Amino acid sequence: MALYSDKVMDHFQNPRNVGKLDDADGIGEVGNAKCGDIMRMYIKVDDNGVISDCKFNTFGCGSAIATSSMATELIKGKPIEEALKLSNQAVVEALDGLPAHKIHCSVLAEEAVRAAVKDYYDKKGIAYDPDDFQIHDCESCQS
Amino acid sequence: MFVYADNAATTCVSKTALDAMLPYLTEQYGNPSSLYAFAQKSTEALAQARADVAACLGAEPREIIFTSGGSEADNQAILSAARLGARQGKKHLISTAFEHHAVLHTLKKLEKEGYEVTLLDVHEDGVVRLEDVAAAIREDTCLVTIMFANNEIGTLQPIAEIGALCREKGIPFHTDAVQAAGHTPIDVKAMNIDMLSISGHKFHAPKGVGALYVRRGVPIFNLIEGGAQERGKRAGTENVAGIVAMAAALKESVENMEANTAKIIPMRDKLFAELSKIPHSKINGSLEHHVPGTVNMCFEGIEGESLLLLLDANGICASSGSACTSGSLDPSHVLLALGLPHEVAHGSLRLSIGEYNSMEEIDHIIEVVPKVVDYLRNMSPVWDELEKGQRPHLI
Repeated sequence: MALYSDKVMDHFQNPRNVGKLDDADGIGEVGNAKCGDIMRMYIKVDDNGVISDCKFNTFGCGSAIATSSMATELIKGKPIEEALKLSNQAVVEALDGLPAHKIHCSVLAEEAVRAAVKDYYDKKGIAYDPDDFQIHDCESCQS
Repeated sequence: MFVYADNAATTCVSKTALDAMLPYLTEQYGNPSSLYAFAQKSTEALAQARADVAACLGAEPREIIFTSGGSEADNQAILSAARLGARQGKKHLISTAFEHHAVLHTLKKLEKEGYEVTLLDVHEDGVVRLEDVAAAIREDTCLVTIMFANNEIGTLQPIAEIGALCREKGIPFHTDAVQAAGHTPIDVKAMNIDMLSISGHKFHAPKGVGALYVRRGVPIFNLIEGGAQERGKRAGTENVAGIVAMAAALKESVENMEANTAKIIPMRDKLFAELSKIPHSKINGSLEHHVPGTVNMCFEGIEGESLLLLLDANGICASSGSACTSGSLDPSHVLLALGLPHEVAHGSLRLSIGEYNSMEEIDHIIEVVPKVVDYLRNMSPVWDELEKGQRPHLI
């Protein structure tokens, strides 16, 4: 059996929404280069609070790129509150699964979306509960 | 185009090795321990293979123990020396930080059992210094084990000098020559090597067969009990076909070493020359002391696994020392031992070529790698920051 599902390979080889948004309303970046993956998520939010556009840049392995790509697909066109509900599990399911040691990439994708929304809230002066935006440090970076 | 450029991982079985082994799977399948004439053909084949392997290494036939591969040979050599050392009250071993895990994990296990291990620095060029070995030797040192050639970066170690030093000090010296045998000259006598491990599948024999050379007079303990095979030093019915194939493949590799090297070097040099044109790339390990076929480079701002997957999509088989390919969170211990920062080590690529590769294949690699690196850099936030000067270039 191949390491990755066909869906993962498709999103890795033909990633959706790669790039930057120069006029982004929110930018979130998670991970670090030392650990081998960084995701940066750009969102554009329209007057109705809907994510009208979304792009990503990722440094990382195949599944890091695929989960970023899938996350942008899952939140594009959705109200911001709905994007906040995106779970890593939803990303994994949409990709037809990930190997156990790559689940971490889907967590990063979820957190990149949340970090972008948090940045949007900060810029707009919208109040939020900080507890909803906790970013997990990855284990290997704590030592 | 399909390009196999991972010969340090494993190699194809050569026609010579295959032809040599086939009769021992079908017609001459007798157990070498059996008495009748039919089985004695297997016994003879085994003896001939032993003589051939010994000749290729500058050893005597009785100094060769056939094993299941390099890992078993490494384990037996180290555990045996440690056990002997303990009997003499010597429980200190010297090795390097960038050994294969077959050595490092065995040393780790010994550490848990109360042994002390000194892992020598391999410096930025991936070459151990003789003076570092000399300085590490203690009264209670029971083994020096230093690899002949590194598996990831291909650097050759000063084996003859270390051998001479250890012999002078009376300390057993083992070398893991898995990446060297068949690719670079080995003479266990001239190099004062006491124990040496090889693995067949790294030089066009099948997987699952290897050998441990043990100098006559050096005591060796079993890992596997249960029979009188291999002079009682390694039980288990011999893998006759595999052993015959390994002997044929090693003989072929040694006989053609000069011609193979002359073919591989221009291909390797072209890879280095062309891939070095990629900005912010770095060649890992000294090129002065090097096996012919291994090319290891880092490309800043990208991660190795995604690089490998895209090379695979373009028909190229290669490997990387990134964390994602090592199965742990840390990138390759070899690249870290060279002092490379984690973020650089994540972007490593190993291409290991052999005499079966062609210049057309090299040209394909040279065409694909820069494009793939460029593609990944364009979607990398790390590269973005490097380009904007928000993050300092490390290479």
